[in-house]
Amino acid sequence: MNEHLSKQFDSELDALRAQVMRMGGLVEEQFRAALIAFDECDPELIETVIAGDEQVDKLEISIDEACTHILMRRQPIAIDLRMVMAVGKTVTDLERIGDEAKKIAKITRNIMEHGMSRCFMQIIEIRHMGDQVTSMLHQVLDAFVRHDIAAATEVIRRDREIDIHFRSVARHLITYMMEDPRTISTALDVIFIAKSVERIGDHCKNIAKDVIYIAEGRDIRHVRLDNLDSEVKTP
Amino acid sequence: MTASTTSNETPAPASVQMAFRNFDFYYGKFHALKNINLEIYQYHVTSFIGPSGCGKSTLLRTMNRMYDLYPEQRATGELLLNGQNLLDRKVDLNALRAKVGMVFQKPTPFPMSIHENIAFGVRLHERLSRSQMDDRVEWSLRKAALWEETKDILNQSGMSLSGGQQQRLCIARGIAVKPEILLLDEPTSALDPISTMRIEELLEELKQDFTIAIVTHNMQQAARISDFTAYMYLGELIEFGLTDEVFIKPKDKRTEDYITGRFG
Repeated sequence: MNEHLSKQFDSELDALRAQVMRMGGLVEEQFRAALIAFDECDPELIETVIAGDEQVDKLEISIDEACTHILMRRQPIAIDLRMVMAVGKTVTDLERIGDEAKKIAKITRNIMEHGMSRCFMQIIEIRHMGDQVTSMLHQVLDAFVRHDIAAATEVIRRDREIDIHFRSVARHLITYMMEDPRTISTALDVIFIAKSVERIGDHCKNIAKDVIYIAEGRDIRHVRLDNLDSEVKTP
Repeated sequence: MTASTTSNETPAPASVQMAFRNFDFYYGKFHALKNINLEIYQYHVTSFIGPSGCGKSTLLRTMNRMYDLYPEQRATGELLLNGQNLLDRKVDLNALRAKVGMVFQKPTPFPMSIHENIAFGVRLHERLSRSQMDDRVEWSLRKAALWEETKDILNQSGMSLSGGQQQRLCIARGIAVKPEILLLDEPTSALDPISTMRIEELLEELKQDFTIAIVTHNMQQAARISDFTAYMYLGELIEFGLTDEVFIKPKDKRTEDYITGRFG
């Protein structure tokens, strides 16, 4: 992309992108830490994640302010307008990812305090799901920086696997609950954690759609996955 | 992010009022407009944007054959108004100018009364009784959102009005002969923001009755008021489309660079 005649505008947009990346990095870190805290029952890490969410919230507000500022000062159009509009949506998704990470940490704390047994923690599928969603998040942030439509499309596709994983985790946990009703409360907690991971996948998908909107100017929300290829021109 | 939905709502049933077909224009040897193909839709606002010297004002001035005043200027191709080729020698220029009115950048009221500023042009084309003329003057001033401010001072000089009022007087004068198309060449560039807003408001009203083509240097103005936008560069029409599409996702890289203020 060529530079603006206004250097100031360029630096405002650069700063906005940089802030989104900073928030993305932070959220990624929060999510990763939450998964480790769950996996390893690490009480210290749990508290770190819960406390860390405040920083995510602050960034959301600061980026929203920056968007408003640019809209007011520059009245951006075309690619710049799409960028600012999409950033506004992306930060909402990033903030929600932060919330889900915090939720995972809190539920883990609950399981550790009142839970039945650690055997639930060892559910390999959750770890697997977590790894996949972590990589999706990384991929979509990367796609955001590079306006990479192919990568964004890939993220949207990958989200479907996550949904399948989640159902499988739920089935697995239901078997525990049927075998022994005393496990119900803990198993439900673990399902909530899996649900949080699955929701983070959804947020990654939303961000991927924002990336496509920035690059192509096409709104593909509410487009079925099967129709995506005809909707999106992959370069 | 409603690019697709708004564009669906906009002007599907619009009919073409004016069309350029393989249109070229020359100032002497200088090829000022190159193979222009474009439609102006009835009862819509079409704006022309582009850097200085791109040919947008030239294009606007061809629409009422203003260039006929200058022997070294000529046009080739077709310029159709309701299907009739305006480049045809047989076209009656006076009749054409009544059908295609024009408003310039600087307000240009005649040095006569407000009433006479409007009546003058009407008399050239129509024979009206005194009361019919009074009605027409009132009608034009009302349409131009100037009636309330001038109804008690119709005998005062048009020059005594403020810049914004003068420009609305020129619009009133332009529409008094009931043209089909109203051409505006940067009509607000000499006005303050409030007067500018009034004129923009007015255009929104006027497009119910007239087809409007406007040249503007103000990108936001084009985005605010027009249904269609044409981007011109070096005498070529680079992109023409629904304003929503041109300003959200232009098809041509050159358009995007220009409207977002980037180096080409």
